[in-house]
Amino acid sequence: MRISISLIKIYWSFHFRYEKYIIHYLKNMIKIMFCPLIAHLNLHGTMVILSWKQLQIVTLKTSAMKKIKTSLWVAIALIILGATISCGSKKERLNGDIQSLGKITGTYTAKLGAPPYAPPSITQYTSPQKVVVNIEVIEKEMELANGVKYTFWTFNGTVPGPMVRVHQGDEVEVHFSNSPNSTMPHNIDFHAATGPGGGAEASATAPGRTSIFSFRALKPGLFIYHCAMAPVGMHIANGMYGLILVEPKEGLPKVDKEFYVVQSEIYTDGKFGDSGLQHFNLEKALDEKPDYVVFNGRVGSLMGDNAFQAKTGDKVRIFFGNAGPNLTSSFHVIGEIFDKVYLEGGQLINQDVQTTLVPTGGAVITEFTCKVPGYYTLVDHAIFRAFNKGAIGQLEITGEPNKEIYSGKIKDEPFTSKPALP
Amino acid sequence: MKRAVMIWMSLFGWLLLFKASRLSAALKDSGNLTSMVYIPEGSFTPFIQAVSSSQQVKIKGFMMDKYAVTNKQFLAFVKANPQWARSRVPQLLADEHYLEQWKQDEQIGDPRIENSPVTNISWFAASAYAKWAGKRLPTLQEWEYVMRAPAVNLPKTETMTAYLLNWYGRPTPRLIPSVGSTYKNKMGVYDMAGLVWEWVYDFNSVVKGSDSRSQGTLQKSLFCASGSQNVLNKEDYAGFMRFGFRASLKARYCIRNLGFRCAMDAKSP
Repeated sequence: MRISISLIKIYWSFHFRYEKYIIHYLKNMIKIMFCPLIAHLNLHGTMVILSWKQLQIVTLKTSAMKKIKTSLWVAIALIILGATISCGSKKERLNGDIQSLGKITGTYTAKLGAPPYAPPSITQYTSPQKVVVNIEVIEKEMELANGVKYTFWTFNGTVPGPMVRVHQGDEVEVHFSNSPNSTMPHNIDFHAATGPGGGAEASATAPGRTSIFSFRALKPGLFIYHCAMAPVGMHIANGMYGLILVEPKEGLPKVDKEFYVVQSEIYTDGKFGDSGLQHFNLEKALDEKPDYVVFNGRVGSLMGDNAFQAKTGDKVRIFFGNAGPNLTSSFHVIGEIFDKVYLEGGQLINQDVQTTLVPTGGAVITEFTCKVPGYYTLVDHAIFRAFNKGAIGQLEITGEPNKEIYSGKIKDEPFTSKPALP
Repeated sequence: MKRAVMIWMSLFGWLLLFKASRLSAALKDSGNLTSMVYIPEGSFTPFIQAVSSSQQVKIKGFMMDKYAVTNKQFLAFVKANPQWARSRVPQLLADEHYLEQWKQDEQIGDPRIENSPVTNISWFAASAYAKWAGKRLPTLQEWEYVMRAPAVNLPKTETMTAYLLNWYGRPTPRLIPSVGSTYKNKMGVYDMAGLVWEWVYDFNSVVKGSDSRSQGTLQKSLFCASGSQNVLNKEDYAGFMRFGFRASLKARYCIRNLGFRCAMDAKSP
C-alpha cells in the first residue's frame, strides 16, 4: 500500500517536471502496444511509431527518468489495465443492447395505420423482424376547416402521417420517397431511432428520389417522427409528423379500441375561419401565436360523423402525440379519468389521471374504460385552444346507461333565492 | 422667344429619343431570351457563415442571363449535341427523369412549355449547355448576390419573404409558367425565385474560406435546429430552403422544378 502511494507520489512529482517527456513516452508506448487498435484513433490519420532506439533516446533525455523507470512501468501497466477494463465495459455497453435484443429472423412490410386509427399489432411476434416501412412525401392542398384550404406537406397524403407499429428489437428499414411534384426536399427524423438526426441526415431526399436507411428499435415506447429539413418549424407546421409505436417484446396488453391522434398548430396569414387558400405565416409562427390548434390536421377531424365510436365496457387506448411546433399540450378527456397513462410514452405508468402534459415533440399512451354512454370530448385543456382554435375531438360511447355511476339529471325545479335578512 | 421654343423643342426631342431607345431595348429584350445583363461588382454577407465571423463576400462584376434557359433553347443544344438526347445520355450524367417532360429526344411536344425554363436536367447537362453557349454556370455566391437584389415589380403589400414562402409552400404546377412571368429585380434579372430552383456551379459547397471544421459539418447540419446556428438571418426561411435544397442534390439528379441560367465573366460593363 505504502509502496504504491509513494510510487504515485514520485510519478506525480515527475509528472509536472517532465510532463512533456513522460506523456510523449507513454503515448508512444501505447501506440506500439496497440498499433492495430489505435491506428484509427490517430487524429491526423497518420501513424507515428518510434523505434526502440528512439524511445530510448526519449527516455534518456532525462537521467531522472531512469530512476523512476520501474514506477513508470507500473503506471503504464495500471493505465493499460484500466483501459482494457473500461474498453471492455464500453464494448459491453455498445453491444449489450443488440445481444439482448436477439437476432433478426424475418422480414415483413409494415401495415401502416391511417389516422385516426392505430394499425393492428402483429400477433405472431416471437423474435425481432426486419420491418419495411414505405413512406412517400406528397405536397397537396387539403381542407383545414370548412371553406379553408391549406397546402399541406404530408407523409403518405394524410396529416398526421401513417402510424407505424413495430416491436422492440426490430430493424426498421425506411423506404423514404419524395414525390417528383414536390417543391421541396424532405427527410424524416424518428425519435425512436438512435443515430444522427434520427435518420434525418440519411433520409434527406430531393423531389423524385427515394432514400433507404434503417435503424434498430432499441427502446420501447411511443415516439414522434417528423420532417427535419430546414426550416424545420415550417415543415412541421405544414403537416409533416406522425407516431411510431415500439411495443415491448411481449406487446401491449390487449384493449378493444385503439385511436391515433396528433395535436399541432397551424399558422396562417388569415384569422381562424378566414375562407380560401391560406398560406403559412412566419411572423405568427415566431411569435408562437397560432390561429389553429388542431387534432389530426383539421378542425373537426374528430367531430360529429368523424367522432370515435366505442361501446360501454370497451377498454380504449389513445395514442396521443404533440407535434407542436411550439405549444405544449394538456391532454384531457372531458368526463373520463385515465386508468393508465404511460408518462411521456415511456415505461413509467401513472394511474387515475385527469389531465396529462404532452411536451412538444412528445407523445403519451392513455387508457380508460367506457362506463357511461354519451359524448366525451377530447381537448387540450388550455381551453381557448379547444373552443376557439380547433383542439377538440369527440368519442361517442353507446350502450346501456349506468345509473349507479352517473345519474344524469334527476330533477329540474325552480329556484328562488331567499331574500337577505335585514 | 424663338430661342426658348428652340430649346424646348430640342429638349422634347431628346426626351423622345430617350424614350424610343428605351422602348427598342425593351423590345429587343422580349425577343431575345438569351440576353444577359451586367451585374456590377459589390459585396454581401452570405447567408451561412463561419461561427463568430461576419465575413463579407466580394463579387467581381459579371454577366448573368436575364432569364433561366428555356426548353426551346435547350432543344437547340440537344440538336447540336445529340449525345445529350434523352435516349443517349449516360445514367452517370443524368438520372432517369432527364428531360421527361419532352415528347421525344428532339421534340418538346407541348408548345405551352417552349418558353418555360427547362427542368429535369442534371448539373452535368447544365454545365455542358453553358459551355456550348460560350458561358458558364454562376457560382453559388454570384447567384446569392443577385438573389439579394430587391424586387422592383412586386405589389407593395407583399413582402419578399411572404412571396417566397407562398411559392415554396405550393407543389410544382404540372406546366411550369414561362420565363419572365414572376418578378424582376433591381439588377434587371427575372425569376430569381418563384419559378424554378436553379443549379449553380458549386451547388454542394456551402462557404468557402470558412473554418474547415464547420465547413465539413455545415452542409449536413442543415437539418434540424443545428442548421440555424451559423446563419445570418434566422428568419430568412427562403434562404434555409435554398441551401437545404442544394444540400439534397447530386450532380446527376434531374428534378421537375430545377433549371438553370448561365453567367459569363464580364468583358466590360
